[in-house]
Amino acid sequence: MTDKIIEVSHLVKHYGKFKAVEDVSFDVYRGDVYGFLGPNGAGKSTTIRTILSLIKPTGGQIRMFDRDLQTDREYILQRIGCIVEKPDFYKYLSAEKNLEIFARLSGVNVTKSKVHEIIEFVGLKGREKDKLGGFSHGMKQRLGIAQTLIHDPELIILDEPTTGLDPQGIIDIRNLILQLKNERNKTVVLSSHILSEIELIANRMVIINKGRTIIQGSVSELLNAQELIVSFSVDNIEKAKQLLFGISMERAIDKIDNNNLLLHISQENIPIINKLFCDNGLKVFSIEAKRKLEDYFLKLINA
Amino acid sequence: MFWKSTYNEFIKIAAKPRSYIGVGAITLIVGIILFAMKADGMNFISFVTQPFEQSLSFEGNILNGNLIAFIILQMLIIHVPLLIALVTGDLVSGEGAMGTIRLLLTKPISRTKILFSKYLAGAAYTLFILFWLGFMALVIGKAMFGTGDLMVLNSDGLIVLQQHDLAWRFALGFSVAFLSLMMIATLSLTLSCFSENSIGPIVSTMAIIILFTIIGTLDVPVLQKVQPYLFTTHMMAWRNFFEDPLPLDKIVESIGILLIHIVGLLGIAVYKFNKKDILS
Repeated sequence: MTDKIIEVSHLVKHYGKFKAVEDVSFDVYRGDVYGFLGPNGAGKSTTIRTILSLIKPTGGQIRMFDRDLQTDREYILQRIGCIVEKPDFYKYLSAEKNLEIFARLSGVNVTKSKVHEIIEFVGLKGREKDKLGGFSHGMKQRLGIAQTLIHDPELIILDEPTTGLDPQGIIDIRNLILQLKNERNKTVVLSSHILSEIELIANRMVIINKGRTIIQGSVSELLNAQELIVSFSVDNIEKAKQLLFGISMERAIDKIDNNNLLLHISQENIPIINKLFCDNGLKVFSIEAKRKLEDYFLKLINA
Repeated sequence: MFWKSTYNEFIKIAAKPRSYIGVGAITLIVGIILFAMKADGMNFISFVTQPFEQSLSFEGNILNGNLIAFIILQMLIIHVPLLIALVTGDLVSGEGAMGTIRLLLTKPISRTKILFSKYLAGAAYTLFILFWLGFMALVIGKAMFGTGDLMVLNSDGLIVLQQHDLAWRFALGFSVAFLSLMMIATLSLTLSCFSENSIGPIVSTMAIIILFTIIGTLDVPVLQKVQPYLFTTHMMAWRNFFEDPLPLDKIVESIGILLIHIVGLLGIAVYKFNKKDILS
């Protein structure tokens, strides 16, 4: 068995003349927290739904756990826990009954104590007998996570898991995902259009736009390879400019704003320039790297 | 996995408030009919027997539980399909409307098995509704009105079926009535596979029943050619068990046509449900 858990090759999905997905390929490895990034309408949800066999692809191949999704659907789905968009449940049943219903279809025997253990893990202890009608979106999201974990799957797929949550809810879900990776060794695929979310959680990612893969790889490598906009706040802006001229970095100057010097530089150059300024008697009040995933993402999708 | 899925479907039907509308409606309507018959039943009977009174004399307990059950069955079998469709029309589309279909279809069980689980649960519900109707009509009817021979008025005239000759007729009549209602359950389940909301399949089922019933009653030669093949023509086939002699060929033909419809519709439902992209 290879370390690849998901291999998507040249996935295509058309609805009549509308091309929802034109050519999406990516690989997810065991242990990854994999960010699936793209603007609204990029084809993220269609791809996720196709991986989960909710949508039949027009073309391409999906292999998971070294098996083909078309021929071994049930083997594959038994190893996956997922939330697709909103975590919707049966409103007329309690949280506990909802979990039991989905656990029964998970392909493994799930005991009552396991159900209670998961309810406690997601912080819903004491609410398990309550009907879903009275649950907030955040609580449903937690129950959704519980549902994904109930059969102890190897792979967890979360499609836009923080949509509609308040800031505290977003932090809670983010912490839960990190807990899944660190404490339970799960592989997590996380689809989102919230870039900071991916940047904070994921170790690898793919960016798709207009139904096509734009780039995939390690989040840190992809980000480090890019130039940052770094703001140096110094006491003497003219002297700082001269020092940059002295090392032929004048072209790196993007903008001068009061005592802030905005530079287009790579991450490796930050300590070099800082040392240059300090060694020449400049006072450096602050250094702020501004270019992050958001800029990178916008640059890619606008290319 | 199939039985676990079917068990889930039973739990869902039992927990849904709409499942109890049928039970409540039947209890209320049968209760009203029983009350009306108790209060003014003899006038109703005289109205039916009046044309025959010059040549026949009627003795004994005519207004008995068997007659009441027969009348109730005849009246309600038209309305029960709505109560059945309320639940079976929601089996697939209700999951779509609630959004639970996304979770349901990402579980390691084939779509065909999920659909048949729902169908089996729908069939059990249909049987329960019919059983409740039978209980209210026969058991409560007999408790209130006693027992006796059954007087049936049909197009050939008046038939009197003896009391000891009725149990098997009711049993088989209910069985064929169940088949008719299963036809409705299958139709609404099939329509449910095409819809993302609960109301559509229920309204469509009733619209089809009304349309076919109208076509079935129109005396137009072109329509008369299709009338024998409409399922609505055979919905009242249960009534044939209260004829003497038994019209076996008509009964077999009705059962055959209902079964062909059920199998055909189930085939369409399985095909559609398996092909369906879940976009909701």
